[in-house]
Amino acid sequence: MGAIEKDLASKDSLSTLVRYENVTKRFGDIEVLKGVDLDIKPGEKVALIGPSGSGKTTIIRMLMTLEKPTSGVISMGGEPLWHKKSSSGKLVPADEKHLRRMRSDIGMVFQHFNLFPHMSILRNVTEAPIHVLGLSKEEARERAVDMLEKVGLGDKLDAYPEQLSGGQKQRVAIARAVVMRPKVMLFDEVTSALDPELVGEVLEVIKDLAKETDMAMILVTHEMDFARDVADRIVFLHDGQIEEQGTPQEVLENPSSERLQAFLSRFLRN
Amino acid sequence: MMDVYVDIIPKILPGAIITIQLLVASSCLALVIAFIAGLGRVSRFAVVRSLTSVYVELFRGTSLLVQMFFIFFALPAFGFQFSPFLAGVTALGLNYGAYGSEIVRGAILAIPNGQTEASIALNMTRWQRMRLVILPQAIRMMLPGFGNTSIELLKGTSLVSLITLTDLTYKGLMVQNTNISYTFPVFIVLLIMYFVIALPLIFGVRKLEKNASKGVVKA
Ligand SMILES: Nc1ncnc2c1ncn2[C@@H]1O[C@H](COP(=O)(O)OP(=O)(O)OP(=O)(O)O)[C@@H](O)[C@H]1O
Ligand SMILES: [Mg+2]
Repeated sequence: MGAIEKDLASKDSLSTLVRYENVTKRFGDIEVLKGVDLDIKPGEKVALIGPSGSGKTTIIRMLMTLEKPTSGVISMGGEPLWHKKSSSGKLVPADEKHLRRMRSDIGMVFQHFNLFPHMSILRNVTEAPIHVLGLSKEEARERAVDMLEKVGLGDKLDAYPEQLSGGQKQRVAIARAVVMRPKVMLFDEVTSALDPELVGEVLEVIKDLAKETDMAMILVTHEMDFARDVADRIVFLHDGQIEEQGTPQEVLENPSSERLQAFLSRFLRN
Repeated sequence: MMDVYVDIIPKILPGAIITIQLLVASSCLALVIAFIAGLGRVSRFAVVRSLTSVYVELFRGTSLLVQMFFIFFALPAFGFQFSPFLAGVTALGLNYGAYGSEIVRGAILAIPNGQTEASIALNMTRWQRMRLVILPQAIRMMLPGFGNTSIELLKGTSLVSLITLTDLTYKGLMVQNTNISYTFPVFIVLLIMYFVIALPLIFGVRKLEKNASKGVVKA
């Protein structure tokens, strides 16, 4: 617990939006993350790359509060995510109320879209702004239509998810997450469930979004060209640890670790 | 030949009213109980889960007739006096509510986890997740099961004749008692009447089954 309690209200909480401190995660007997330290600045775009099973999804799912870290502290804006300070100043496991407050700054787009199939496209995007943010129907609609037009789906407001292509569904999912205006948005391989010809349209939408937003983004991806275009920093994860990180230039052109070199060359070959 | 039917049908018909009233009242009660117990079965509180599963197993595992007798004959000893109709509705509602809760539970659990995760990512409360995302999809899956259960419930109503309620079966037995040669026509009339009451339910279930898969994520 000592490590957990060390300067949580740390001085550079302003320049750090998300902080992972020695975070580990095990599923049963397997240790999936073996002590991850990672800082993300407000507005920063970070691409997370690494072989299958290296723990990329697990890292962002813990930030979305879908998975609980086994040890270590994840903080958001200087405040611990999975813990809260009790009256005696000790860190205790967070309750649902604390998690909900923290979640309001975090959004996520999933590999398999997870749109609500019983709602029209418009309602998919207005539902949370109305019920969670408390916007009026008109405000929510305005915000949603605006965003749906931006992702090129202004003519699909009344359609249902099953009537859309995978690429269109994923663009709705992006709009649905963005209208909540989180401070950090998580993307988990959002194109890997798509037919190859639909990948481009979704990546374009994310690139445009990245350019004009001051949201931070963590993008798990296997698309190296996309990572190079969109990211300020690329983090290479290997076997539950951060093996190397740096600017796209550094990571993709001059990888220093052998594992990263091997990973990239495997990638370029196929 | 037809005279027999002209004679007995008007005598039996008032029983159909009682049977339909019983069907409607106990279906409503069973539906409410099914939702309460079904949600209880998937509660995050272990106590709630165990209590509701004790209720479900108790009422599914014992005879409806004995439950009805218990409510009508045994509870008055503790100061709970039920009219025959209320005893019938209570027993039917509790019994079929237990079956219905399994339908509710099954449908809720059948909704893919991605739906819950997406609603967590949108920062919905637990209840919002259930109300806005899970239940609207789950209810579509429940409807055929509810339809089938209400047909079962209709058949179960005939037991109320044994706690002095003058339902379809009771009336039929009365008429048959007055003239033993009526036995065959009486039971033919009973079968047809139960079937006619069940018919809308049967067609309803058919229709619901066709629609059940629409608008639900294929897992
Ligand atoms: N709920 C779970 N239960 C058990 N093991 C899990 C669970 N989730 C993930 N794992 C395991 O944890 C490891 C890391 O998984 P994770 O999904 O984070 O990897 P990844 O880097 O996202 O891989 P991919 O590129 O294939 O998506 C894998 O070995 C996986 O099998
Ligand atoms: Mg993954």
